[in-house]
Amino acid sequence: MLTTILRRLLATIPVMAIVAVIVFSLLYLTPGDPAAVLAGEQATTADIERLRTSLGLDEPYLVRFGQWLSGVVQGDLGTSIFSRRPVMDLIVQRLEPTIALSVASLAIAVLIAVPLGVVAAWRSGGIIDRLAMSFAVLGFSLPVFVLSYLLIALISVELKWLPVQGYVPIAYGFGPFARHLVLPAMSLGIVNAALIARITRTTMLEVLHQDYIRTARAKGLSVRRVLVRHALKNAAVPIVTVIGISFALLISGVVVTETVFNIPGLGRLTVDAILRRDYPVIQGVILVFSATYVIVNLLVDLSYRLFDPRIRA
Amino acid sequence: MSIVTARIPGQRRRGLRQVWQKHPSVVIGAAMLTVTVLAAVAAPWLGTIDPQAIAPFNRLEAPGAQFWFGGDLVGRDVYSRTVYGARVSLAVGAGVVVGGLSLGLAVGLLSGFVRWIDQLFMRVMDGLMAIPSILLAVALISLTGASLQNIVIAISIAEVPRVARLVRSVVLSLKEQPYVEAAITSGTSFVRILWRHILPNTVAPLVVQGTYIFASAILTEAILSFIGAGTPPSTPSWGNIIAEGRTVFSLAPHIVLFPGLALSFTVLGVNLLGDGLRDIFDPRFVSRK
Repeated sequence: MLTTILRRLLATIPVMAIVAVIVFSLLYLTPGDPAAVLAGEQATTADIERLRTSLGLDEPYLVRFGQWLSGVVQGDLGTSIFSRRPVMDLIVQRLEPTIALSVASLAIAVLIAVPLGVVAAWRSGGIIDRLAMSFAVLGFSLPVFVLSYLLIALISVELKWLPVQGYVPIAYGFGPFARHLVLPAMSLGIVNAALIARITRTTMLEVLHQDYIRTARAKGLSVRRVLVRHALKNAAVPIVTVIGISFALLISGVVVTETVFNIPGLGRLTVDAILRRDYPVIQGVILVFSATYVIVNLLVDLSYRLFDPRIRA
Repeated sequence: MSIVTARIPGQRRRGLRQVWQKHPSVVIGAAMLTVTVLAAVAAPWLGTIDPQAIAPFNRLEAPGAQFWFGGDLVGRDVYSRTVYGARVSLAVGAGVVVGGLSLGLAVGLLSGFVRWIDQLFMRVMDGLMAIPSILLAVALISLTGASLQNIVIAISIAEVPRVARLVRSVVLSLKEQPYVEAAITSGTSFVRILWRHILPNTVAPLVVQGTYIFASAILTEAILSFIGAGTPPSTPSWGNIIAEGRTVFSLAPHIVLFPGLALSFTVLGVNLLGDGLRDIFDPRFVSRK
C-alpha cells in the first residue's frame, strides 16, 4: 500500500510540472505587453520598466523559469507587487478560512447528495425522485452568489438568525466560528450537492438492477441494509470520482462565496490581487489550488481500493 | 380477437408534439433560452431606457410602476440594465461555444490521429485541467486586460481540454471500427475519411457538450464580472450589476436579485436543453423507469 501511495505521488509530479510551466509561461505567451497591462493606465514608462525588472520579464525565458521553479520547489512563490511581502506568507495567513469553508461545504454537499441520490434511485420515477432531480437541475443552474444572496435575504436579513457576513477564526471559540460559517458553507454545499446527487442516482440505478441485489432482498435482508451495504458500496467508485471532480467547482465557488460573505481567505486574496493587478499573488494562488486539486484526485484514486478490492492500481 | 396495429417507427412524423411528450425538457429549455434571446435582440423596444442614464432621484429606488426593477446605486434603471445585460451573456456564451469547440476539435483530431502529438497535447491538457478554470481565466484576463474579446478567449481556453478529450476518444474508438479500417485499407483519402466517417460522429456529443459549455461560459462570465475580472464597468452585464449592488444588498436587494434571477433562468434553460438533447442522442442515459 505504501509503495503504491509513493508511486502515485511521484506520478503527479509530471502533471504539477506542466501546471507550473503553463502558469509561468502565461506571462510570456499572452499577446501585448503584460508589464504595461499590470502597471495600469496611469503608469509612467519608468513604472512599467521597474515592474518588468521585478517580474523578471527582461531576462531570457529559460533563465527566469529556472530561477522561478527552483524558488517554487523551495516554497518561495515570489513577492507581492502590492504589499512587497512573500506570496507564500500571504497564502499561509489566508489558509484557515478557506480550508474551513471547503471542508464544511463538501461535508454538507455529501450529506445532502448521497442520501438524496440513493432514495431517488430506490424510488425511481416516484415523487421523491422527481423532486430530487428537479433540485439537482436547479442547484446546477443556480449561480453560487445568487443562492448566497437569497439565503442572506431570508435567513440573515429577514429572520435575523445568522450574521450577514464575516469570519471568526476557530481559535475565538467554536460557537461564533460555526455561526459565521453556516450560510457560506450551505450556499456552496447545495450547489455542489446537485452534481453529486445526479451521479449517485444514475450509478445506484445501474447497481440496483444487478442480480445480487435481488438475491440480497430475496434472502430477507432489510431494504436499508441492501441499499447501504450492497448497493451503495458498489456504486461508490463513480460517486467518489465525481466528488473529486466537484472539488474544481468548489474552488471557483470558494472565490465567489468568500467575496459575498467577506471571508478573508484565499478567494478574497485572489479578488484583491485582481483589483491591485498583483500578478505574483494570482500566480501563487493558482499553483496552490491546482496542487490541492491534483492531490485531492490522487486521494480519490487511492480510495478506489477501499471500495473495490478488484482495483489494484 | 384483437387487432394488432403495427407501428413502424419511421412512419410517424416526429413533430413538436412528440418531442414534447418524450423529451419535455428540450422544449421547456429551448423556450426559456428563446425568451432570453428575444429579450437581448429586442432590448431597445422592451420599454427600456438608456442603461447608462443616471437619474439621481432614482437612487436605490425600490421596484415600482415606473422603474420595474428599481434603481441602482447611482440611479440607473435596473430593468434596462438587466435586459441589455442579456446581450453580454449570450454573446460570451456563443463566442465561447464557437471558440472552445473549434479549438478543442482541432486539438482532439490531431491527438486522435498523430501519435507523437497525442503524447504532447494530452500532457498539456492534463495540466490545463488541473488548473481551476475560473483562476486560469482570471490570470489570462489580468495579463491581457478586461475586454469582451479577452473574456471569450480566456474562457474558451479553459474549456478546450474537455472538448479535446471527448473528440480524441471518439476518434480513437472509430479508428477501430471495421468500416473505418476498410476505408483506410482501400486507400480512401484522409480528408474523405475525416469528412465522411469521423466528423459526423462527433456532431452529437459536441452539440450536447456545446450546450453545457454555453451554460458554463455564461456563469463564468458572471462570476468574473462579479469579482472584478470581467466585462468592463462601462457595459452592463449581469455579473457587473450584481457586483455593484453587493455593497448595498441589505438596503436594496433588488439590484442583486433581478439580474441574479435572469442569470439563473437562462442557465437553467440551457441546462434543461442540454439534458434533453443528451437523452435524445444517447439513449443509454434515459433513466430506466
